Amino acid sequence: MLSKKFDPLKGKILEVLNYKGEIVDEKLVPKLDDDKLIEMYKTMLLGRIADIKALQYQRQGRMLTYAPIKGQEAAQVGVVAALEQQDWMVPAFREMAGMLYRGASLKQLYLYWYGNEEGSRFEKDVRILPISVPIASQINHGAGVAYASKILDKKEVVVAYVGDGGTSHGEFHEGVNFAAVLDLPLIVIIQNNQWAISTPRETQTKAKTLAQKAVGYGIPGIQVDGNDPLAMYIATEEAKKRALKGEGPTIIEALTYRLGPHTTSDDPTIYRDQKEVDYWEERDPLKRFKIYLINKGLWSEEQEEKETKEVTDYVNKTFKEVEATGLIDLEETFKYTYAEMTPDLQEQLDDYKAYLKEVE
Amino acid sequence: MAVMTVLDAINKTLFEQMEKDETVVTFGEDVGFEGGVFRVTKGLQQKFGKDRSFDTPLAESAIIGGAIGMAVNGLKPIPEIQFSGFVLPAFNQIVAHAARYRNRSRGVYTLPMVIRMPYGGGIRALEHHSESIEAMFASVPGLKVVIPSTPYDAKGLLTAAIQDPDPVIFMEPKRIYRAFKQEVPETEYKVPIGKAKVVQKGEDITVVAWGALVREVEKAMKLLENDNISVELIDLRTIQPYDKETIINSVQKTGRFLVVHEAVKSFGPGAEMISTVNEKAFLYLEAPPTRLTGHDVTVPLPKGEHHFMITPERIAREIKKVVNF
Ligand SMILES: Cc1ncc(C[n+]2csc(CCOP(=O)(O)OP(=O)(O)O)c2C)c(N)n1
Repeated sequence: MLSKKFDPLKGKILEVLNYKGEIVDEKLVPKLDDDKLIEMYKTMLLGRIADIKALQYQRQGRMLTYAPIKGQEAAQVGVVAALEQQDWMVPAFREMAGMLYRGASLKQLYLYWYGNEEGSRFEKDVRILPISVPIASQINHGAGVAYASKILDKKEVVVAYVGDGGTSHGEFHEGVNFAAVLDLPLIVIIQNNQWAISTPRETQTKAKTLAQKAVGYGIPGIQVDGNDPLAMYIATEEAKKRALKGEGPTIIEALTYRLGPHTTSDDPTIYRDQKEVDYWEERDPLKRFKIYLINKGLWSEEQEEKETKEVTDYVNKTFKEVEATGLIDLEETFKYTYAEMTPDLQEQLDDYKAYLKEVE
Repeated sequence: MAVMTVLDAINKTLFEQMEKDETVVTFGEDVGFEGGVFRVTKGLQQKFGKDRSFDTPLAESAIIGGAIGMAVNGLKPIPEIQFSGFVLPAFNQIVAHAARYRNRSRGVYTLPMVIRMPYGGGIRALEHHSESIEAMFASVPGLKVVIPSTPYDAKGLLTAAIQDPDPVIFMEPKRIYRAFKQEVPETEYKVPIGKAKVVQKGEDITVVAWGALVREVEKAMKLLENDNISVELIDLRTIQPYDKETIINSVQKTGRFLVVHEAVKSFGPGAEMISTVNEKAFLYLEAPPTRLTGHDVTVPLPKGEHHFMITPERIAREIKKVVNF
C-alpha cells in the first residue's frame, strides 16, 4: 500500500515524476493511455491560461475578485483524472483546473468569478457541488454524499478538497472523523499550497505534515508531490480502490504552491519572499509534465505553441461571452429562495418592480 | 486632532488601548503579521509583539472560544473575525457561551471582550461577504451590538466597547472603511454605548439608520432639498441596547418614522423599532411607521447586488411616501 510505503510520519513523500520531468520509479508509473495523458496536460494548460487571463481581466476591472490556481494544476487534474463519471467532486474554491477536467465549462467558471450565481449551476451529471466559500465546511458535505453512496449502494467515491489553512478548522476534523468512523468512500485532498492568505502552514499546525493527521482518525494518509500529476493520480487511484471496497476514507496531502496571490485583493509580496516563489517556479507542474510528454513523443514545442494560441483565443472568446451576460435579472435574485415564492417575497418583488418602473 | 478614516480610527484606538492596558490582546486570521486583510490591525504586532497581537489558525470557533477563556482569566481579548459571514462557525461560542457567562456564573465571571468584524454589502464581494447580520446578535441577551458610521464615532465607540465589562460585537461597515476622512482627537474619549446621535434636526419625519447607510440617507436628503421636507436623521450607533428615548422623542415631534437598514426585512431590526414606536408614540403618528430594507433573499453576487442595495433614490422616495401618506 502506497500510504504504508510513503509513511508521512517517516517523512516520506510520494513522487513519480521529479521536477526535471524524469521518472523517479518506473514501477509507480500509472498505465495511462496516450490520449488521457494529453487530455490531462491540455486541461492543465487551459487552466493555466484561463488563470493568467482571469487575473488580467480583473486588473482591467472586467472581472471581480478571483482566486488564482497557478501552480496547483497537477494537484487537481491528477486527482480528477483518476475518477469515474459517477464519482463526486466537492470543491473548496481554488479548483478551477480540476473542475474543467470533470466537465465544468470555462464559461460557467468564469461566470462565477464574474459575480453571477449561474456559474455555480453544475448539472447533476457533472457531479460537482458548488464552490464552498466558508472554509472546510464542505468536508462534512463530502462525508454526507459519501454516506449516501454507501447506503444506497452506489459504486462511487467522493473527493472533497480543502486547503492547508482549512485543516485547522473544526469542520475539517468533524467531517474526516465522521467519514472515518462510518467507513465512508471519501477522499480528502488537502491542497497544501503553503499559505492561507498571509498565514504560513507552520502557523496552522504543529504537525510536521498534514497527511499524518490521518493517524489520529485511524485512516491512511499520504503526502504526495502535488506538482506531479502522475503521483497525484496513483495516490487517488489507491484511495479510490479502498473506498470502493468499503475500507473508508483516505487523506491525500498534495504538497504544492500557490504561485500567485491568494486572491486579486491580496498582495503576497508583504509576507513571502521572491526566493521562495522562484524555488517553486522551478517546480512548476506544467513544465515537468511537458518535458515528460515530449520525451515520450506525445507532445512537442510546436504543438505547445499551437495549443497555447488556440486556448488563448478560446479563453478570450469565452470571456467575451461572459461579459455579454452583464447584470442579472431581478427575478433571478428572488427565484431560488424557496421552491415556491412565498406571498411575502412575491409582494417584495412586486413592490420593487413597481419602484423600478416608476424611476425608469 | 488628526484627520482619519474609519479604518485609521479603529487602528489608532487599538494602539491607544493596547498601550494603556497591558491586558488587551488582538488576534485572528492574518491579524498579526499582515495586520489583517483590511490592515485594520496593521503595526500592532510590530509595536506590541507576538504575544499581544497574533495570527491564529483558521478556526473561528477557536478564536472566539479562546477569547472567552482569555477574558475569564484576566486578559481583554479583541478577536477579529475576518468577515462577518465567517462568524457562523463561532456562533455557538458567542451565543451559547460569550453571551451567557455572566448569567451562568451569577456574575462571578464576566467577559470583557470586543469581537470585531467587517460587515455589509456594496463592495462587489464573493458569497458570504456582504450580509448584515446585526439582528442575529441583537436578539441574544447578554450581547451588545455596536456599529459606527464615522471615524469620530469609530474611535469613541470602540474605546467604550473595550472598556465595557460585557462582550460587545463591534461591526465595522467595510464599505466606508476608507470612504471619507474626519478630524478625530488623538487623545482618549468615549462615545457611550446605547446612545444614538441626532445627525440632523428636522420636523417632518424621523429617519433612523446606522453604519454605511447613514451616509446614504444623507445623500437622500440632498436629493430632497427642493421638496420642502425637513428630515430628522438619527444615527443609531448601538443596535443593542438601542436608544429608544431619542427615537421616541423624535417621533413625538415629527409624527413620522422610517427605519432604513441593509439587513433583510423580516425579523430585522426595523421590525423591532417600529414595534417600539407603535408602543410608545402611537398617538403621535401621522403615518404608519415604515422600514426600507434589503429584500428577504440571499444577498446576490455582484452582478445582481444592485437589486439588493438601498440607494439614496430609494430612500428619498420612501421618505416622500411616508411624509405624503
Ligand atoms: C470560515 C471562514 N473563515 C475565513 C474565511 C476567509 N478566508 C478565505 S480563504 C482563506 C484562507 C484559506 O486558506 P487555505 O485553506 O490554506 O486555502 P487556500 O486559500 O490557500 O487555497 C480565508 C481565511 C473563509 N472563507 N471562511
